[in-house]
This record gives sequence, C-alpha cells and structure tokens, in this order.
Amino acid sequence: MNIISLLVRKPLAIGAGLLAGALALSGCSVTGAGPSGGATGKGTGTVHALFMKQAGYSEDDVAKMVGEFEKKNPDIDVEPTFVSYEALHDKIVTAAPAGTYDVFLTDVIWPAEFASKGIAADLTGRIPGSWKTDVLGGALDTAKYEDKYYGVPLFPSTKLFYYNKDLVASVGASEKDLQTWDGVLKVAEKIKAKGKVEFPLSWSWSQAEALVCDYAQLLGAFGGRFTADDGKLAVNSPEGVAALQWMMDSIHGGLSNPSSTTFLEDDVTKSLAQGQTAFALNWESTLRDLDDPSISKVVGKIGVMQTPAGPSGDRPGVNGSMALSIGSHSKNQDAAWKFIEFMSSQENQEKYAASSMPSWKSSYDKPEVTKTNPEVFKAAGAQFDNLISRPAMKDYNRASQALQVELQNALLGKKSAQQAMDDAVAAANKE
Amino acid sequence: MSTVTNTPVPDVAAPPVGKRRRRLENHGKLAFWLLLPAAVAVFGVIVYPILRTLLISFFQVDSVLAVDTPFVGLGNYASALASPGFWASMGRTLYFTLTSTALELVLGLGLAALLNAPMKFRWLFRAVVVVPWAVPTIVNAAMWKGIFNAEYGAFNAVLLQLGLIDHYQAWLGDPFTSLNMVIVADVWKTTPLVAFFLLAGLTSIPKELYEAARLDRAGWPRMFRSIVLPLLVPSISIVVVLRTVEAFKVFDIIYGMTRGGPANGTQTIAYYTYVTAFSDQNYGVGSALSYLIVMVILILSTIYLRVLRRSGMSLV
Amino acid sequence: MRNGRRNSVLIHLAAIVVGLAIIAPFALMVIASISPQSNLISRPLQWIPSTLYLDRYQEIFTGGANSVGSAFRSAFANTVIVASGTVAISMVVAILGAYAFARLRFRFRGTVLMIFLATYMLPQIALLIPLYLALSALQLLDTKLGLIIVDCSLVIPFTLWILSNYFVTIPEELEEAALIDGCGRMGALFRVVLPSAKPGIFAALMFSFLLAWDEFMYALIFTSSDASKTLTVAISEFAGRYTTDFGLVAAGGILAALPPVIIAVIFQRYIVSGMAAGAVKG
Repeated sequence: MNIISLLVRKPLAIGAGLLAGALALSGCSVTGAGPSGGATGKGTGTVHALFMKQAGYSEDDVAKMVGEFEKKNPDIDVEPTFVSYEALHDKIVTAAPAGTYDVFLTDVIWPAEFASKGIAADLTGRIPGSWKTDVLGGALDTAKYEDKYYGVPLFPSTKLFYYNKDLVASVGASEKDLQTWDGVLKVAEKIKAKGKVEFPLSWSWSQAEALVCDYAQLLGAFGGRFTADDGKLAVNSPEGVAALQWMMDSIHGGLSNPSSTTFLEDDVTKSLAQGQTAFALNWESTLRDLDDPSISKVVGKIGVMQTPAGPSGDRPGVNGSMALSIGSHSKNQDAAWKFIEFMSSQENQEKYAASSMPSWKSSYDKPEVTKTNPEVFKAAGAQFDNLISRPAMKDYNRASQALQVELQNALLGKKSAQQAMDDAVAAANKE
Repeated sequence: MSTVTNTPVPDVAAPPVGKRRRRLENHGKLAFWLLLPAAVAVFGVIVYPILRTLLISFFQVDSVLAVDTPFVGLGNYASALASPGFWASMGRTLYFTLTSTALELVLGLGLAALLNAPMKFRWLFRAVVVVPWAVPTIVNAAMWKGIFNAEYGAFNAVLLQLGLIDHYQAWLGDPFTSLNMVIVADVWKTTPLVAFFLLAGLTSIPKELYEAARLDRAGWPRMFRSIVLPLLVPSISIVVVLRTVEAFKVFDIIYGMTRGGPANGTQTIAYYTYVTAFSDQNYGVGSALSYLIVMVILILSTIYLRVLRRSGMSLV
Repeated sequence: MRNGRRNSVLIHLAAIVVGLAIIAPFALMVIASISPQSNLISRPLQWIPSTLYLDRYQEIFTGGANSVGSAFRSAFANTVIVASGTVAISMVVAILGAYAFARLRFRFRGTVLMIFLATYMLPQIALLIPLYLALSALQLLDTKLGLIIVDCSLVIPFTLWILSNYFVTIPEELEEAALIDGCGRMGALFRVVLPSAKPGIFAALMFSFLLAWDEFMYALIFTSSDASKTLTVAISEFAGRYTTDFGLVAAGGILAALPPVIIAVIFQRYIVSGMAAGAVKG
C-alpha cells in the first residue's frame, strides 16, 4: 500500500525542512502583512464597499443609492459587494491586511474588536460635532470604542414584537394584553388551549448571534445587563438566570416551539407568515415581508409593537444597528468617507424608510417620512430611546459563542439555567 | 514508524524490476523538467503559506494586522491542548470519522458486490449509484438541511405518515442527533465512491480463486473471509486513510448544514480551527491547531498500517 | 439452474431497491424545486406537486440585474471557467509528471512523489491567511485566475497519483518500439502512452473536474464579487438567505449539481477501469 507508506514515511525530514525555512522567513511582521498601508487618497477613483444580503434595504436599493452617489460624484466609482451576514465578519477580517474594502458594514458588536485590532480606521476627526446631537440617541455609539468613532450608523435596527391580530382577537384579547411578557404568555395559553396553533411563540434560537439578540431583549426585560462594572460577562446574575429560566419554561410549557433552537430570523418570519406562530421577536425590517402576499398568508393581520416588559417593568430593545466603517488599509479613505457621508445622510436614509429606519432624530417627526411605515415607526421610535447593548468586548465573538452554546445547553435540557450561565461566564472570561 | 518503512512495499509506479537492469542510465535531468511544472503549480502555491503558518504558530498573533506579536514558543500548542473545546471537537471528529468510515465501508462493500453482480441494465444501476458522489458537498448539505428541517422537512413527513413519530422533531436541534444527521449526509455522498474503490479491488480478484473455493465446498462466509477480504485490504486501507484525512479536514458540509451547532454538537476539529483563527482572531492558536491536525492524521495513518499488518493481512 | 434464476431475480430486486434508496433524496430535491411553496409547507406534506411550478427556474434563468438569477448565472459561468481552467492545467502538468514517476529513474523519486501526496494532508485553513496576502500582493484576489491557481495545487497531487499508477500498467515494450523508431521520450509519451492510457486519463479528468467544481473554502475566502464568486459559495449564501424557500435552494442546487452529475454518469465506467489498473493494486 504504497500511498500510505509514502504518506507516513518521511514526515520528520519534511518537518525539519519546514522549520529551517520558517526560520529563514522570520522577517519583520509575523503574519507577512505590511505594517502600515492606509492612505487618504485623492478623494476620487474606485471605492470598494462590502455590504450584506439581508431582509431590510435590498441589493437593488443599494445599487440605486450607489447610482445616485456616482451621479453626484462623477469622479468616484463605487463597487459594492454583498455577502451573507454569517460570512461578513470573517470576510472583513481576512480582507483587512490587503485593504480590499475601502468601506464595509460593521455590526454593532464588532467595533471593539475591529478598533483594537486595527482593522477599522479611526473616524473621530471626520465626524462633525453636530451629529452628536442630531443622530438618534445611542446610534452614533454603535461604532464607538474607547471614546473614538470607528463607523457611522446606517439604518439603526432593533427587534420588535410581532403578533398575529386574528389569533389574538380569537381569544378575546388585544394589544393592551400584550404589554408584558406575563400577559403574552397568558394569551398564548388561551390560543394553544383553543387549538389555534400548536406553539404560539417562535424564536431565533439556533446557535448564532440571533440567539444572543433574543436573549438580550429578555435579559433587559428582567432588569439584567450583560456585563458587570469591570466589563466582564456577568450573565450568571439572578436576572440573567431568570431570563434563561423563562425561556426554558416557555419551551417546557409547550408555548414556545421547541424547534426554535434550529431557527434563524428567516425561519421565524416564515412561521409567522404561515400563521403557525402568534408571537415573535424580529427585526423591524421584516414587516415588509409579512405584508407581501407572495410570501405571506397573513397580509395586514400582523401587528407590531414595542417589545413587552418583564418583571422589572423595563422593556429595552436589543441594539442591532449596523455602521459603515473605513478599512484601515484602504488606499482611498477620502473618497470612502464621501461615500459614507452620502449613505448615512438624512436625505438618503429617509428615501428608504419603508424598509429601514433612518438614524436621524428629526426624521421621526416628519409625517411625510413616518407615513411610509407608520406602525414600525411608532414602535421602533419608542424602542430606540431604550436600547440594551451587547457588551463592547475585544473578543466579543468568543464570549458570544460561549454564551450561545450554554444558552442552547440549557434550552435543550442538558444543563440547569444557573449551571449554564455559570459555565458561559467562566468560558467567556477565561484569559 | 520503522516497522512501516521496513515492510517490503513496492513504490507506487515503481518501474518493473526486470527492466531496471536494462536501463542503468539516470534520467534525472529529463525527470526534473517533466516534474517542474507540477512542482511549481503545487509547491509554488503552498510552500510559502505552510512556512508562514508554522512561523505564526510560535507567536501570539491576535490580529491579521498585528505588529506586536510576542514569541511564545510552544505556548500556542500548549494552550490548544489545554482547552476543553479542542478535546471536545477532537472527540466529535473521531466519532464522525469512525462512524462514517465504518458505515461507508459496510454499505460500500454491499454496494460493490451488487455493482459487480451480473444484471440487466447494469450501466443504468451504476449511473444511478454515481450520482450522490457527483453532487457538490455544499448542495448535499443544503439538501439534507432541507430534508431534516424541523417544520417542513420530508424526513419528518415520512416518519409521521408511516406512524413512526407522533410529532415533528427537530433533527438538527439536538447536539448528538445532529452530528449523526451530518454523518447520514456524508455517508449518502461518499458511499458510492467507496463502493467504486472496492469494486476496483473486487474486479481484480481472479475468477479461478472463487472456482477453487467452490470446489472446496467453501460457503459464502468463508469465501468472503479467506478470499475477498484479504484481497480487498489494499482498497480498504486506501479508503480508510483517505476518509480519515478528509474527516479531519471536514468543513464545508458542517458550514452548509449546521455551522457547528446546536450547542457546538457538530463542531469538528477543522471547523473549530476555523472559528478560532477567523472568528476569534486567534491566529497563533489557529495555526498551532492546523499543525496538530496534520500530526493527528499522521499518527492515525501509522496506527492503521500497524493494525492491518498485525492482523496478518499482507499489504500487497 | 433454478437456483441461479432465483439469485438473478434477487439481485435485480436488490438493485432496484438500492437504486431507489440512493436516488430518493435527490429526487425529493427535484420535486421540491418544481412544487409551489404552499405544497412544500403543507402538513401532511404534499409529495406530488399540485401544479408544475417553474417560476424558480424562470427566475434563475431570466432574472434581471441584482436578482438571485443574475448572481446565480454569473457564479455558474465563473465555476465553469475555474473548473475547466483547473482541469486543463492539472491534466497537462500531471501527465508530464506522471510519466516521469512511471518511467524514469532518478534520485529521490519516492520522496518526491511522497511529498506531492503528503500535501493532501494539509488542512486548507492552515494556508488561508498567508495565501490571502500573497494573492492580494499579486492582484489576484477576487479573480478567477487566482482561484484557478490555488485550486490547481489541490487537484494536481490527485491527478498525478491516478495517472502515474495507470501509466505503470502500460507495457513498456510498446514504448520501446517507438523509442527505437527515433520518437524520443516525448514522442513516445504522446504517441504511445497517452492513447493507451485512456481509462486512466478519463478517470483523472473526472476526479479533477469534481474536485475543482466542489471546492469551497478557498472560494469562500478569496472571492467576494460576482466577478469571481463560484457556485459553492453562491449556494451557501442562497441557502443562508432563502431559508424561507427550500424550493429555490433546491432549484439552484440541482442546476449546480448538473454538470458534475452528467460528467460522472458519462465517465463512471472509467472509475473502475482507471483505478483498478494501478491505484488499487499498488
């Protein structure tokens, strides 16, 4: 069996050769990436921009925005690229040393990482002081790390509470019964008892960031916070455990769909659109799909409101905003900034208010803007004043993965809520 | 290692012994020019990255752009080996490897026998069998993800309509169950290839051997044990080694089907390495992990060979 | 003889059952791709489509700019180019190299072959970041050429292995006659060895095409725009984004699987003859 014997015969010799070569290679930077690389450029030329495929503003919308920008700036050419959200982070990271993308979309959970690792450029000097008052409360902080800004908010986002009006009415309830999670569960029990749907609630609880977003909102409702004062994960607090226990109980009580642990946001939207789910948390941009007759069986029957309150009386939404950042190795940062300015401008964002929320305060008082999407504007407007943020940690991804795994362990009945959260904290805070 | 080296194993493609005497001249120069293009195409691409990655594995590198990268010696290897995540994903990878390879061998052997049997429309049967192997892994992953879907999947529908379950189940919702479901997807795709490898071995068994055994009134089990199996050992060991190497590198089917979830239940070692390097941006440990994978593959290949040898089966 | 006939019936029955079991998941995907969405989400599941629903295929084939269809079509074209380029380069290079391994005597022959084969053990992840930087420095990121270059490094060791094993089985006497006729080594390779190595060459062609078509990780990291993104990446994004319509994922998946399936079905008889000759016997 020659292939095998060949494969195992001389690995040592090769290893030695490799080592010798490696020593010869050890030059300046260990990764081989050039040390500096960024440049402001002339403010003209091509700007490569990385976006994501998503539910809100679509690729078509971005193409339109780009077209308009190029019309106004004929000497700048924008090349947009789209990847799925799941691939976005890794794409930004792998592309960073080459400076492939001048502009990229940053999720609210990444600025600490991108800033501390030098992937995103510091934009503090470029941001006009007036934005600090004109931009929605907290939205500018989306891309803030250690008092510097690494991005400009584009379409802030949060999870709202969606409900099926018909199902709620069928048990004689209404929106005012849904103001607290307790109230929601009571209505859900009635709906289940009447046999209207098997599981009234669905969630995006698969092993992904979506699970942390749902948890964040419940954690807020129970009066908890992700981190203690020292900035370390502290979800094993009584509130953190209670929120998880509530999630587990809703599955065991037969009110939440146990398959939720395999769902992403799209699956929740689908279940709601099929009338199989009465209640769900989902991003503000998904109402459009639920009112699209080609996808939805429940057009016009879905209500949307601010997330219900928990025992603490608090009802914060998860901060799920995205921002546009400039790559630190971009060779064309001035032109990139022009593009960001245009994209985040009030005028541009208001045009797409039917699918995504603008990040400027005054937009919410303009009837001609809010009338394009009245229900969402009402609910989201209230919720944007009260957001719960996931922690700004340099190694947020690692902490989040630890949290996802342990949340799932509890939801799948492998661990108690306390045990799971203790383990998550231990794993996330390990140096 | 030495026992392996000492086995009288002819090299792949060794020129027949008898010819050697006739042509004593050395073809070094011609061989060099003939092999140069292949060497450039393969090593031109991989040598620099291999060395660079090895180098990175001795430093603490937590950003692709890192400037401050302290030398940590074998520290990254130590911390990889000390992490529970490493051992858990290694355990899952071993389970994945053993289960999928065993299933593929057993099913593949049956399938190879069937492929070898005289039948009408044999070309049609072979054409059907080859299909799963040709389906791209990512498509295969998406397909099984759809079939095992908790709400609308065909698997649930079949079981429910046959009365085997009362309620739809989330087949990709439990860590261990979903690891097994990934194995099902892998077995569906790979068994045909294994079967064709074994078939290649089967067709090389001389018919006279069967005849002789039949004259000896040997039953099927004995014929299988004393003729078929020993002669299939070369094919089987190729399959085992190839499948082990592939299982340790398995990435795309996990990425497409479960992304390592639920509760990390399908996170194999290669996926764990990917997450460590790119999501956590811990390149030092990630590089160390990839070298650990190579070492485990080497060790396993060696063990296989020894076991096969010790069980008295000739390797040729 | 009755025994023989009973066996034959059993064999045919077994073949039918096994064949159906093997093809069932793929058939399900075909059915899903032509079923209206309402069928796919009904409970109990409606197995036979209520109407023939071809909108998804229509969208893929004719969808305009920025649609699912245009992204899919460009990914398809990219994959055809990348796979063909990879196969062409790998075959030429491997035929030359395999001839050296099979026919020539030179020092370190075994070691060189072993080093080629050992590259198969390297996890691709181990090469990603340095390769990314190298490709970027050469302006080859997000290009089909860059992808062809890195894919070749995966495919060549495999083709080299299959071909050298096959070349060894070709009787050397044939070639000697040609050498005596003054053909030279290269002449002998092209006029004698290649024509009689058809099964091995077809097997190598098929393996390399399938490997190149299936490649995922390099494409995932090294490509991003429609200019170079391949099908495997497009399908994974498809499946991530359109979880709401399994039918669409199925339609894309079937189209993506079609070229390798057709090639495998056409060339399947060479898997056995091409491999049996050399590789398996060793």
